[in-house]
Amino acid sequence: MVVGSRRRTRLVLGGRLTVLSFGAVVMMLPFVYMLATSFKPNALVLEIPPQFFPHHPTTTNYTDAWTSNQFGHYFFNSLWVAVVTTVAAVLLSAMMAYALARFRFPGRTVAFGLILIGLMVPGMMMLIPQFLLAKKLLLLNSLWGLVVFYTGGNLALNTFLLRSFFQDLPHELDEAMVVDGGGPWTRFWRLVLPLSRPALAVVAIFTFLASWDEFTWALTIINDPSKYTLPIGIALFQGQHSTSWGLVFAASAIAIGPVIAIFAVFQRQFVSGIATGAVKA
Amino acid sequence: MSALRPRFRTTNVRRRKEVTAAYLFLAPGFLLFALVILYPIARAFQISLYNWSLVPGQASRFLGLHNYNRAIHDPIFWRALENTGFYMAVTVPGQIILGLAAAVLLDAWLPGRGLFRTLFYIPVVTSWVVVSLLFQYLFITDGGLINWIIHDNLHVVGHNIDWLGSRWTAMLALSILGIWKGVGWAMVIFLAALQGVPVELKEAAAVDGAKAWARFRAVSLSAIRPVIAFVTVMLVIGSFNVFISVFLMTQGGPLDETQVILTYMYRWAFSYLDFGYGSALSFILTLIVFVFAVGQLRLFRRPSEARS
Repeated sequence: MVVGSRRRTRLVLGGRLTVLSFGAVVMMLPFVYMLATSFKPNALVLEIPPQFFPHHPTTTNYTDAWTSNQFGHYFFNSLWVAVVTTVAAVLLSAMMAYALARFRFPGRTVAFGLILIGLMVPGMMMLIPQFLLAKKLLLLNSLWGLVVFYTGGNLALNTFLLRSFFQDLPHELDEAMVVDGGGPWTRFWRLVLPLSRPALAVVAIFTFLASWDEFTWALTIINDPSKYTLPIGIALFQGQHSTSWGLVFAASAIAIGPVIAIFAVFQRQFVSGIATGAVKA
Repeated sequence: MSALRPRFRTTNVRRRKEVTAAYLFLAPGFLLFALVILYPIARAFQISLYNWSLVPGQASRFLGLHNYNRAIHDPIFWRALENTGFYMAVTVPGQIILGLAAAVLLDAWLPGRGLFRTLFYIPVVTSWVVVSLLFQYLFITDGGLINWIIHDNLHVVGHNIDWLGSRWTAMLALSILGIWKGVGWAMVIFLAALQGVPVELKEAAAVDGAKAWARFRAVSLSAIRPVIAFVTVMLVIGSFNVFISVFLMTQGGPLDETQVILTYMYRWAFSYLDFGYGSALSFILTLIVFVFAVGQLRLFRRPSEARS
């Protein structure tokens, strides 16, 4: 009986591992093939049978992408936009969340309700009015136009997540600091922010990745090639040279490298952040 | 009494200070949010009522609901709606079933559990631009990896399929991409929910001798029902918002066969510069999403909740 059940357990485990391994192969195969192609000379990118390990690997695509095709330049545009957006959006949303979570004031419910609306309305619905607004503010064709709208666009979700985290911080600590004469600003910097590092990390990562990957808004307001970010640089490059797959995927690998690195390092915060968002909502 | 007075006054002063502080904390972020999010939301419907003029000095002409009437009589709009519906009908169940299956398989401990979770999740964090170009490459007719697998190796089909060259095969390819990219997200949320189901409950059902499937349905599935509802609503909203993959892989072509609502909206707004009609299309989309979301939340409510 016991032997039988142990054998069954082992069989079930083997079955689970087999199915999951098959799934993992399906999920990873496109990436493996992408990397393989990025190391192939252009003449071989559509060769049949496909080579998953190129016989004559070359790094030409990478050097070409980085130098002659300005992807290095796009990389730094993307980096600048993502870093400035992340700093601004995390600071502003932490301040908003602090006000909403730890103070009572007239209009608090309304403000929070409006933030929820911003969270639910699909972003694409705002594209046209945002474009007209950016035009009026002279933000078309400028990296600041990306920063301002990315920051504004990330505030709702960040505030929502941080607010629920701030609410759970013990109030006794606040009161202790009030007794010591700590004003709201001191409590924010010295108490709330240091205690909320994990939550701040989650929203910072989300914001960084969202701005790093953003495509539609950048495509819509940026015309000047010197101001391209990586996503538009890659997409437009593929549109112009539809057969240079090796080059396209070398640039793609450069673009997703940092993302996968960040994800690998902060995986735990990532997953808990997503799950928290889901459970709270 | 008189002893209490000054104290009362100081708390009052302190309270006023706290309210002022709250507004100061809220203001910078909220003003930006109001400017770039709330104002455009309010503006979206207004623009859809006009023949919007982009030329400075030239007035926009008020049309009432004309742009909406135009959409109703536009066959390509209806086709875009059908295509979006197809994408939703394939990708939402696909992601839920596969995501739930992966979560169930990963629920109990097994070697490499963390690694599997990471691998399944990587497509979620990868940019839409990169994966769209990647799948365009995989679905190439001659020399593409997909045709090589199903034609040259498995011989499921007698010839190489021109995936992106006709409507339904292209929609299928786009849907496969959608499922592949989203399955990890559904998995992570289902996994978190399953981990929240008390082990005693799962074990109690096992001791009762319930068959695995019946046990799963009675215990785990019913416990994570609200989470399934949440995931469904989010995925439906997401599928209506499909844009980048279609925009990059088919551009809505050939001959508008694979337009979805947002690629069609984008074409009118930013190729033809007809902002009024573009706004009407995106407003219709928002209405549909809203109706679906509310309807689903009702549908998923437990019978007991619905009665109250």
